[in-house]
Amino acid sequence: MLLEVGEQLVKADQRGHADDLSQFEHVRRKHIGRYFAAAVVLVMALWIIRAFAHGQIEWSVSWQYLTARTVLFGLGNTVLLAVLAMLLGIVLGVIVAIMRFSASPIINWAALAYVWLFRGVPSLLQLLLWFNLALVFPTIGIPGLFEWRTVDLMTPFFAALLGLGINQGAYTSEVVRAGLLSVEDGQYEAASAIGMHRLQALRRIILPQAMRVILPPIGNEFIGMVKWTSLASVIQFSEVMYASESIYYVNNRVIELLFVAAFWYLIVVTVLSFLQGRLERYFARGAGRASQSR
Amino acid sequence: MNPILKAIDVRKSYGSFEALKGIDLEINRGEVLCLIGPSGSGKSTFLRCINQLEIINGGALWINGELVGYRRVGQKLYELSEREIARQRLATGMVFQRFNLFPHKTALQNVIEGPAQVLKVERRQAEAAGRELLDRVGLAQKCDAYPIELSGGQQQRVAIARALAMKPALMLFDEPTSALDPELVGEVLAVMRDLARSGMTMVVVTHELGFAREVANRVLFMDHGLVVESGPPEQILGSPTHARTREFISAVLS
Repeated sequence: MLLEVGEQLVKADQRGHADDLSQFEHVRRKHIGRYFAAAVVLVMALWIIRAFAHGQIEWSVSWQYLTARTVLFGLGNTVLLAVLAMLLGIVLGVIVAIMRFSASPIINWAALAYVWLFRGVPSLLQLLLWFNLALVFPTIGIPGLFEWRTVDLMTPFFAALLGLGINQGAYTSEVVRAGLLSVEDGQYEAASAIGMHRLQALRRIILPQAMRVILPPIGNEFIGMVKWTSLASVIQFSEVMYASESIYYVNNRVIELLFVAAFWYLIVVTVLSFLQGRLERYFARGAGRASQSR
Repeated sequence: MNPILKAIDVRKSYGSFEALKGIDLEINRGEVLCLIGPSGSGKSTFLRCINQLEIINGGALWINGELVGYRRVGQKLYELSEREIARQRLATGMVFQRFNLFPHKTALQNVIEGPAQVLKVERRQAEAAGRELLDRVGLAQKCDAYPIELSGGQQQRVAIARALAMKPALMLFDEPTSALDPELVGEVLAVMRDLARSGMTMVVVTHELGFAREVANRVLFMDHGLVVESGPPEQILGSPTHARTREFISAVLS
């Protein structure tokens, strides 16, 4: 169609009747649908905000408890647990992902079994199992050298850390494996050809490239982890959820305090999303699309 | 003088497919050997066996008199450890058909990765040597460019510099110009020609018969995992004795 129009213009031009199109004003298309959609979104947003503002929620109570000592202490614990559990998860995930590439069937199976077991059992259940580890192992240590009573060792924090971290490792290992698979064989070969051994090649050449693929899902999982830490409230670990609960058990302001917790979760997640973006840009160096959008 | 590379009855198979059916070869220091032959004839496989990207199933290879991949103790051959294999690979430099530059590193970082990480050369010294090498392949201006910002020919020249940075005794080229646009082939061949003139020992798998004629001391024609004939380029490319060689050469030239 465009071609026809062009031809017509050329013909018109040949006849000497054509106007000089370059002088014409350009009129943009009016996106009426977009204005309409925007109006709908705005109205709905206002309606929701109004509903919450006029609902049976005393915002002053939320505001009052937002920076309560218990809540802030809980927030600190939430961040600490999320970061440490994620670190444990990433370390385990990388090790298990590398084990999956092992030529030894036993090592391979062990990695598979780990993923199968810890991905297959609900996190809440795992947390409770770690917390009650003393039922299976009353003491932990090397006989004759040192020994601890498991009940003393398995504090709520430690049980939550193990439960969440080990669980996370099972998921992370699959993410890391996908990342390692995304790097071409030629990269392993080129690394070998300059005399690198496997670990060197992994650390210097393969993993940095895999990071580009690994980071977005890991960021996703990290954000998930922040919220999974709320599970630790069931074993009395005083993270931000537990802190809110312990306050509303006393003053009965349930919804108000749940909003306090929600607010802090959103803040932590926002900060994490920002950091993820920064990291992604760093690992995208030399990779087509992303390095152009720098 | 001892040959830099010696192969006796080298065999390689993948399952029931025999890629190499017994290759015997000696290469002397300073020699440039071109391997030609139809695809699937085993020439790339043989090259990859030399630096142990493939493990041979039979026969033996020596580089600089050292047995490749095994240690002989009495009447037994013990497989080398991964680290020992990595050390043996230092004797050879490899240039790949698809360049295989490290995409997350700049040209200079690609070149100094081996010297800095494997040979533990001090950083500043490695960088100076790296810049010199990039200058030698005509890319002094591109030190800080990432591979994606370079043309195929430039990438391959960086890859050559990266291999040279390890100061190998023997350079292996696996169809180094096959993935290049025709107008970029010349710049890579020019670098290789200079390298040959400087006395580097080279084994080149190639379809560039012109390059073979001009630069090679010896041309080896392979087919179906065997060396069909070998000799000076004028003889193999000009008046081959085997019908199979004649067919191949006329097919490539037409």
